[in-house]
Amino acid sequence: MRWSRKDLLDLQSLSPEEITAILDTAREFKAVGGRAIKKVPPLRGRTVVNLFVEPSTRTRISFELAAVRLSADVINFTAEASSLKKGETLKDTAKNLQALRADFIIIRHSAAGAPHFLARVLDAHVVNAGDGAHEHPTQGLLDVFTMREHKGRIAGLKVTILGDILYSRVARSNIWALQKLGAEVTLCGPPTLVPPIFREMGCRVTANLDDAVADADVVNLLRIQHERQRQTMFPSLGEYTSLFGITRDRLKKMKPDVLIMHPGPINRGVEVESDVADGVHSVILEQVTNGLAVRMAALYLINGAHGGTPEEN
Amino acid sequence: MKPLLLLHGRVIDPQQKLDAVADVLLAHGKVVAVGPEAAAKAPPDADRLDVQGKVVCPGLIDLHVHLREPGQSAKETIATGTAAAARGGFTTIVCMPNTAPVIDTPGTVSWIHEKSKAEARVNVLVAGAITKGLAGEELAPIGSLHKAGVVAITDDGHCVQNNELMRRALEYSTMFGLLVMDHCQDYSLVTQGVAHEGYYSTMLGLRGWPAEGEELIVARNILLAERTGARVHCQHLSAAGSVRLLREARSRGVPVSGEACPHHFVLTDAALAGSAEFWRTDGKGLFGYSEEAAKPQWPAFDTNFKMNPPLRSAADREAILEGLVDGTIEVLASDHAPHCGHEKEVEFDFAPFGITGLETGLALSLMQLCGSGRLTLPQVIAKYTCGPAKLLGLARKGSLAAGCDADVTVIDPETEWVFQPEETASKSRNSPFYGWPLKGRAVLTIVGGKIAWRA
Repeated sequence: MRWSRKDLLDLQSLSPEEITAILDTAREFKAVGGRAIKKVPPLRGRTVVNLFVEPSTRTRISFELAAVRLSADVINFTAEASSLKKGETLKDTAKNLQALRADFIIIRHSAAGAPHFLARVLDAHVVNAGDGAHEHPTQGLLDVFTMREHKGRIAGLKVTILGDILYSRVARSNIWALQKLGAEVTLCGPPTLVPPIFREMGCRVTANLDDAVADADVVNLLRIQHERQRQTMFPSLGEYTSLFGITRDRLKKMKPDVLIMHPGPINRGVEVESDVADGVHSVILEQVTNGLAVRMAALYLINGAHGGTPEEN
Repeated sequence: MKPLLLLHGRVIDPQQKLDAVADVLLAHGKVVAVGPEAAAKAPPDADRLDVQGKVVCPGLIDLHVHLREPGQSAKETIATGTAAAARGGFTTIVCMPNTAPVIDTPGTVSWIHEKSKAEARVNVLVAGAITKGLAGEELAPIGSLHKAGVVAITDDGHCVQNNELMRRALEYSTMFGLLVMDHCQDYSLVTQGVAHEGYYSTMLGLRGWPAEGEELIVARNILLAERTGARVHCQHLSAAGSVRLLREARSRGVPVSGEACPHHFVLTDAALAGSAEFWRTDGKGLFGYSEEAAKPQWPAFDTNFKMNPPLRSAADREAILEGLVDGTIEVLASDHAPHCGHEKEVEFDFAPFGITGLETGLALSLMQLCGSGRLTLPQVIAKYTCGPAKLLGLARKGSLAAGCDADVTVIDPETEWVFQPEETASKSRNSPFYGWPLKGRAVLTIVGGKIAWRA
């Protein structure tokens, strides 16, 4: 199919065909990443700005590397060092970047909808690298890519997402991508973090971990985000771990070929025991590798949508 | 000022249960006569206006307006806010005290009265603060504010959290018979909420503002009104539970009242996901917009749909409509809350709450309440005239009885128009209703016998 979107803002608005197109393109780029010469020319002469208004290390590095591998020039911009701290609005900051002829703005922001807002006011391509608790589309795509690589398909898979769903943009992007491609999604965690309203998004919701993981093909663990959570969501990390931590004993009760995934960074000993995180079921580091391929694919497709066809590149 | 004779209009004065074609004579700032004697009493030099086919009613009253002066004149001024009021058909408005400085001293009340005398296009009444600086810690000088002429007290924009302080404010206000208005929001429950807690806040990852955050304070106010005998008015009700609580309390004679704003009974939180989602779901059938081309468009996360309390679910919207129909809610108001463009053109989380409403309130109310057959035209007019007048104790407003102030609104209920940013008289443009095809409009606004606006 012909990619036609200027921006990548969320997975909710993508069609199954569009999601599949990104996954298929990512497969090509993953192969490129395995070669001795890892750099390809499609974004040569293009400028990518990483506008990270909320701290992030791995996503920023992944996007930076993806852009570099596509031969783009990359500028990193973090809120700490920026004029946003001096009271400049996001719109003005972004307009300034556009005035410098930035072609891509990759934005990470604490406020839901910030990328959508930028996409409205800018001609540059906007890629959402995580907006508040809303979406993290490239993370959702790399998770689905990883599942598809291992299981050969998404349709019919039973995927359990565990932990802090309420505040998780990763969960929402996973939910949309998985459901659009035909997977069944179960959400599990304490009702404070997994309120029943998620049923209206088509998910099964349960606080019973054994029930949630018994027949799961994939268990995607979300990080317990201490820095976001107030004291009211659960009494202590210890209690969370005892109720929802993935241990070797719990792993034994799961399907023998279950995939254990985690978007990172991991809190070892909280949501997952070290032996499980490093064990044979874990694909956590593969996710990181795949993230690079997915982000290359996203930038490549979007560039073709606005700046010429992929063939021209 | 010459006398003014309005000829052949359909005169609707709910206060007098009047709905008939009649003439209205205004002179010396008062209503002189309504009916056959109006023309007879009119002196030869009186101005005559034929308003046949139009509705002539008491001047509309909006008891919830943010004029932003003093201190926030980039958003709105007394001059621009009252110009917008006149265009919207309002002859009297009550301005909220969350200005800079806060209206918590008699001096500030006098300043607004003076400035209004010089610059306002319509009558400006002042609401004073309940607590000093709206800080919710100590009582404002309520007696002095009363003496300075405030018609009510409220911490609007804020809510007195300390129940003992609220109780004392209510007890104290009974000495003056002063109306206490409250913006009902429990801070500990609402925390940093920006959108109604429900499907859309969940889907969009916006922090939830649960309905119970309003309902708890409505319940608190009912209990305290019952204990103290003070009159408590719950502002901008948005939640079904609030209506239910108010209905029950009023049936027992508790002196509580409520108001509804058009955005809460027209829109829902589905609007936050963008126009396509809204028209597909809760907006289906709204205003009989049948052609896709007629349906206004807006993006997801549009900050012109962010207000406090937030747009709620379709069930809440229905409950507000039911409350308006059965009389539980007897007052309509705009909560006109202007903000500068640059303040709203930011991330949803960071945008200030509030939308303008003076120029669209009447049309939206007519369309959603009369157009749908829920209420009659006189019933809607009552909620904008005798309803608020009674609440505020305005003996000479809200009616066209002889001797009342010559505040009159002439409405063309059939005229179709589109609200355009370049036409607004407000200094701000933060309305979600730009580009909406509307029906019904004030065509003539008369304040104290003088024409304040004419279409």
